[in-house]
Amino acid sequence: MPEIRNYTLNFGPQHPSAHGVLRLVLELDGETVVRSDPHIGLLHRGTEKLAEYKPYNQSIGYMDRLDYVSMMSNEHAYVMAIEKMLGLEVPERAQYIRVMFDEITRILNHLMWLGAHALDIGAMTVFLYAFREREDLMDCYEAVSGARMHATYYRPGGVYRDLPDTMAKYQSSKWHQGRDLDKLNETREGSLLDFIEAFTQRFPGYVDEYETLLTDNRIWKQRTVDIAIVSPERALQLGFTGPMLRGSGIAWDLRKKQPYEVYDKLDFDIPVGKTGDSYDRYLVRVAEMRESNKIIKQCVEWLKNNPGPVIAADHKVTPPSREDAKTNMEALIHHFKLFTEGFILPAGEAYSAVEHPKGEFGIYMVSDGANKPYRLKVRAPGFPHLAALDEMAKGHMIADVVTIIGTQDIVFGEIDR
Amino acid sequence: MIGFIKHQVKTFGLIELFKGLAVTGKYFFKKKITVRYPEEKTPLSPRFRGHHALRRYANGEERCIACKLCEAVCPANAITIEAEEREDGSRRTTRYDIDMFKCIYCGFCEEACPVDAVVETRVFEYEFHQRGENIMTKDKLLAFGDKHEAQIAADRAADAKYR
Repeated sequence: MPEIRNYTLNFGPQHPSAHGVLRLVLELDGETVVRSDPHIGLLHRGTEKLAEYKPYNQSIGYMDRLDYVSMMSNEHAYVMAIEKMLGLEVPERAQYIRVMFDEITRILNHLMWLGAHALDIGAMTVFLYAFREREDLMDCYEAVSGARMHATYYRPGGVYRDLPDTMAKYQSSKWHQGRDLDKLNETREGSLLDFIEAFTQRFPGYVDEYETLLTDNRIWKQRTVDIAIVSPERALQLGFTGPMLRGSGIAWDLRKKQPYEVYDKLDFDIPVGKTGDSYDRYLVRVAEMRESNKIIKQCVEWLKNNPGPVIAADHKVTPPSREDAKTNMEALIHHFKLFTEGFILPAGEAYSAVEHPKGEFGIYMVSDGANKPYRLKVRAPGFPHLAALDEMAKGHMIADVVTIIGTQDIVFGEIDR
Repeated sequence: MIGFIKHQVKTFGLIELFKGLAVTGKYFFKKKITVRYPEEKTPLSPRFRGHHALRRYANGEERCIACKLCEAVCPANAITIEAEEREDGSRRTTRYDIDMFKCIYCGFCEEACPVDAVVETRVFEYEFHQRGENIMTKDKLLAFGDKHEAQIAADRAADAKYR
């Protein structure tokens, strides 16, 4: 018998199911994966270093681009770090807005994940349905910030602008007019909050549809059940966070364990898995979407009844209103000072973490008392997850590697930074 | 025994697959939610941040006073400004370039502008055919602003109370 040597396969960086620019060097024994070696860095943009050369506010836009499917959550960790170092109080309304948009972001992320994961494994339809709902949520993003993805909406001390009273409407055209058009604009008649409320009412029905398509589906189960099992102990050792950890049965969620903003006032549960396989992680994420929906509902309820300021009034850090800046000399000085020099953080360091849709997203910031950070470190949840790829994929078939990449919810913006 | 029969029916009856097909079948006959871009467009909010423009006052005088706040605040260093005193003694720009490739459309320039001169408009469809066209010069930006002034003014007015 001739000796059979392992076969080395290069997977990616240009592979449709590599979720961006992942390059894997797979060592195969037949069709079984013996070793997988992720090569990262193809999307490295030097965000951390860039931040060292900009006044604090100017980096907010770059935080969006870290994990580019959960934009506002990234911003949240960043502005929270600044607020921590300044000891800045955030108005309650701004906290609710942030929490609401964090949860909208979570749904956005999980929908993207669900669609892409299902598409990787061979289910086309879920992707189309998931993107239909994403469209509504992106409209919410655009209504508040003016951009569908890279919002730059959160600011140290609150959020940039209050929620709008009106929603943009569809215009009449050859294909949509009369009753058709009214139906399209049905949920857009009121304010943004009405639009979001209408969404939260129909969304659970949509999740049921995804579940009808996937949860019991035999093909889906064959592809995910018992794939990449991670034991709870091992998940902790590997530094997993978020749905990856909860899928293994550990109820760890920063929103509960170290509540930030107003999460301690809201009612929601942490779904956990049992076996820690890909199927459990799928169930956990689907359940999380339902929980997020619940949180959004509560936020809408509160926001409707409690108008107020959405950004702190400390004009050494937050810009004065436009009208103020145009009529008041002192406000204008603040305006000019803030947009040129920015503000100064006292020397010291701070770590702030949020429960990002993918896990614990942390910002570690060191200031030497200048108007830009001395050092900024991003703790990306995807990084330890990807580091565990070798362990998770060992012994599985090559087709399962795609499932495992999918179940980890890898996004390269944050891993490569 | 009943459990066994149930299992067999489930396995060979392909029940969950037909349930899934019912969902897709339902949508097959439903009205489509897509719109026919480019003839039709999805709604854009007044806050939308697209192509930049420079505005003028009603009397035709350009608004920009070359305070360079936008240049200073731009995270991507996309804006380049040069300024000189004009013959009538007022301070105006001689050069105002925005590199559309560098721009990250964060909206800080508009936020910073004390005279509402530089704005980001609703226009998101534009393309460049030649190298160098990505640099929006002052003339181009002013012309762009003149063309879309009605929409720009309406959008600013709609959003004024939030800013």
